[in-house]
Amino acid sequence: MNDQFALYRDIPREKFALVGEERAIKDVKFDTKPVGYLRDAFRRFCRNKASVVAGIIILILLLFAVVGPFFGHDTYTEAYQTDVSIVNYQFMAPRLFSPGTGFWDGTKKQEISKNRYDIYLAMEIERNKDIITKVLAERTTEQLGKQSVLYTVRVDTYTSLKTQIMTLTQADYDALQAWQDEHQIQVILPYVDESKAPATKNNPDIWYVSDQKGNAKYDADGNYDPAYKTNGTDNYTSTMRLASDPYNSGNTAGAYRYAKRTGTASSGYNYVVRVDSYNMFCYRYGFEPSFIFGTNERGFDIFTRLAEGARFSFMLAIVVSVINLFIGAIYGAIEGYYGGAADMIMERVSDVLSGVPFMVVTVLFNLHLASKVGIIPALLFAFVLTGWIGMASRVRMQFYRFKNQEYVLAARTLGARDARIMFKHIFPNSLGTIITGSILVIPGVIFSETSLSYLGIINLDSTTMSSVGSMLSTGQACMTTAPHVVLFPALFIALLEISFNLFGNGLRDAFNPSLRGVEE
Amino acid sequence: MYYLKYVLKRILLMLLTFSVIVVICFVLVKLLPNQPAEQFGKDMELILLRREMLGYDKPIIEQFYRFVKLAFQGNFGVGETYKTGNEVWEIFSNRLPFTIVLNVATMIFSVPLGLLLGIFAALKKNKWQDHLISTGVMIFVSVPSFIYAFLVQYILYFKLGWTGAIAEVTNGAWSWMYLKSIIPAILSMSFGTIAGFARYTRAELTEVLTSDFMLLARTKGLTRSQATVRHAMRNAMVPIFPMILGEFLSIMSGSLIIEQIFTIPGVGELYIGAINAQPAPDYNFFMLLTVFYTFLGLAAGIVIDLSYGIIDPRIRMGAK
Repeated sequence: MNDQFALYRDIPREKFALVGEERAIKDVKFDTKPVGYLRDAFRRFCRNKASVVAGIIILILLLFAVVGPFFGHDTYTEAYQTDVSIVNYQFMAPRLFSPGTGFWDGTKKQEISKNRYDIYLAMEIERNKDIITKVLAERTTEQLGKQSVLYTVRVDTYTSLKTQIMTLTQADYDALQAWQDEHQIQVILPYVDESKAPATKNNPDIWYVSDQKGNAKYDADGNYDPAYKTNGTDNYTSTMRLASDPYNSGNTAGAYRYAKRTGTASSGYNYVVRVDSYNMFCYRYGFEPSFIFGTNERGFDIFTRLAEGARFSFMLAIVVSVINLFIGAIYGAIEGYYGGAADMIMERVSDVLSGVPFMVVTVLFNLHLASKVGIIPALLFAFVLTGWIGMASRVRMQFYRFKNQEYVLAARTLGARDARIMFKHIFPNSLGTIITGSILVIPGVIFSETSLSYLGIINLDSTTMSSVGSMLSTGQACMTTAPHVVLFPALFIALLEISFNLFGNGLRDAFNPSLRGVEE
Repeated sequence: MYYLKYVLKRILLMLLTFSVIVVICFVLVKLLPNQPAEQFGKDMELILLRREMLGYDKPIIEQFYRFVKLAFQGNFGVGETYKTGNEVWEIFSNRLPFTIVLNVATMIFSVPLGLLLGIFAALKKNKWQDHLISTGVMIFVSVPSFIYAFLVQYILYFKLGWTGAIAEVTNGAWSWMYLKSIIPAILSMSFGTIAGFARYTRAELTEVLTSDFMLLARTKGLTRSQATVRHAMRNAMVPIFPMILGEFLSIMSGSLIIEQIFTIPGVGELYIGAINAQPAPDYNFFMLLTVFYTFLGLAAGIVIDLSYGIIDPRIRMGAK
């Protein structure tokens, strides 16, 4: 039957020779580098372009959150707490490019009346700055038989800041004048005579001879006729004067007065002055106003506020994610590994916890704990209380999958303890799910935190801190006049959620070994 | 028989979970200082009288018994700091229709659209239509609904002036006037839902379309559309149908922010109002709404699980 082997059955011993007698046979080392699970996942992740882009966007947002707050000018951000006049700088439009480019340049499209248009023109002359960067359209409307002209213009929201009337002490007044001389910037504008321009009382922008409504009465040449105060004492020693000022050294007759002096010599003089808000800003805070995201309804810089809010959101989300990971992994591991009664009881506990609506949890924690430990720890507790359940069930599932496999049995036979089997042998297998899960917790937490602070259930808004949600809710109130206040926080959240979703998808696919080779 | 037993078991478990949650919340709320009762008048005797009347002087267990007994009669007390003196249940039942109309309208609008988009994308898999839809879905599913709300409000109201800024509620919830005025709210809630359904439908359908029985259906002579409608759709609906039901229940709690933005006087707005009431949150409202939201959440879960059995006989018959 086995004839084919007959030939080889009786080979004499001498015919055999050892192969490679001079060479020890060992396992040959691979020439290529071994590819571990994580490295392989990383490789496959990089192949997914959308996820990589999303990852880069997340990094940029993270960078923004970390370094953004440092970009604010300290003099300005510190003023939030004490300086009430900061509200004068509200709603300045976002400025990235120089004014006049028409896009992101700090200007705003407005339809204004002839009256307002004239005021802007006058302000341009007085302040020597461009206010109306572009006239887009001009139309005539008729209302109640009266014709009026409406202009659609782009107005620079920085230079068109309302003229302020402020009362300074002698020391402040002197300091301001000294600064003017040093920097050659005209902050104090001549005081306006109310008898010549009555409308200046309600609108300090008006400096020319006009009627009750502020309509200009032009001089013979058709120019604005200055209505500046020319009598009284102003103790103005600065060399900075308007070009039209008839003042020449020594001769003060007919010269403009730059302040209205009040008080007496014994109690100390006070000076009521008209100031150019733009230049006043430079004097007060030491830099020219230019806010990349604009300012909000309180005059706060949106860029740094948003960065602070984002930093808080990220920090909260990462802390929650890490804590959830720990609790969830241990809980889920015990549940999944032991099964049976332990699993049953522990599942009921997490059922109960996950059944409580999140809004209820936060409110209860806020009411109970916020006064004792502060609002942020209370929020953190609320997030952790129900947050770990998702992670636990994910880990539990993985443990159910792996716990009866042969290699676990082998480890047990070799005498490995439960804890060692759980965390040394089974846990690494569920690493992919766990990493993906804990990354995807972050956008969830940020979304919830934003919703909560938007709804006012938690209030994190203060002069030193902010949250994206409260920025959204205050921005919504002024959406008609200043859409940029709500735009940037909304954009941030939208961008963050989209990128995290894409990133998470990529990560999930990369960590799933069964998808290996599918995409080729 | 097997299925009935399973249903009963699930419902009992849900009721157990529900009561545990209610007990915990009740105790936690009772542990809070009840300011309004303390501040009732300045007269100590009045305070004591009122405390006795409301049963606040009794042990918590007795109070809970009282709460449950009254709750079954539809009595959740009166508003203490929010809507002071009004029956909590009455206010709640007045508010509920507004929320229901909003959510039902959103579902009616978004489910068919979502399904259609999903089916279309699945049939055109890996063509440009699919890529377009998938990209859109990715964006719309991620962005929170309140961002759309801002966008919709800004464009439809401020820029175009087509809609009002807030809901018209003078004619009640069951009126065209109300429905018309909440179109922006419905739109902003729909984007996410449509995208969610489209994504899910696409995923399910592409899986079904590649299965062997589809090949068999084509082999026995069905056209592509016949096979898709009769075999693929029915099978794809197994996980989608429960999702519709579940989404419907859980969306009730999701409209919280939308109600706030469009000032729709629904349950969500009531909840926020009760929490933010001064000088203290209104615990009676809070308790009722906690019960409401908890029940909705649990019910959504159970409805999803049970509807699998209803739509798919294989699951109903059980593992025999």
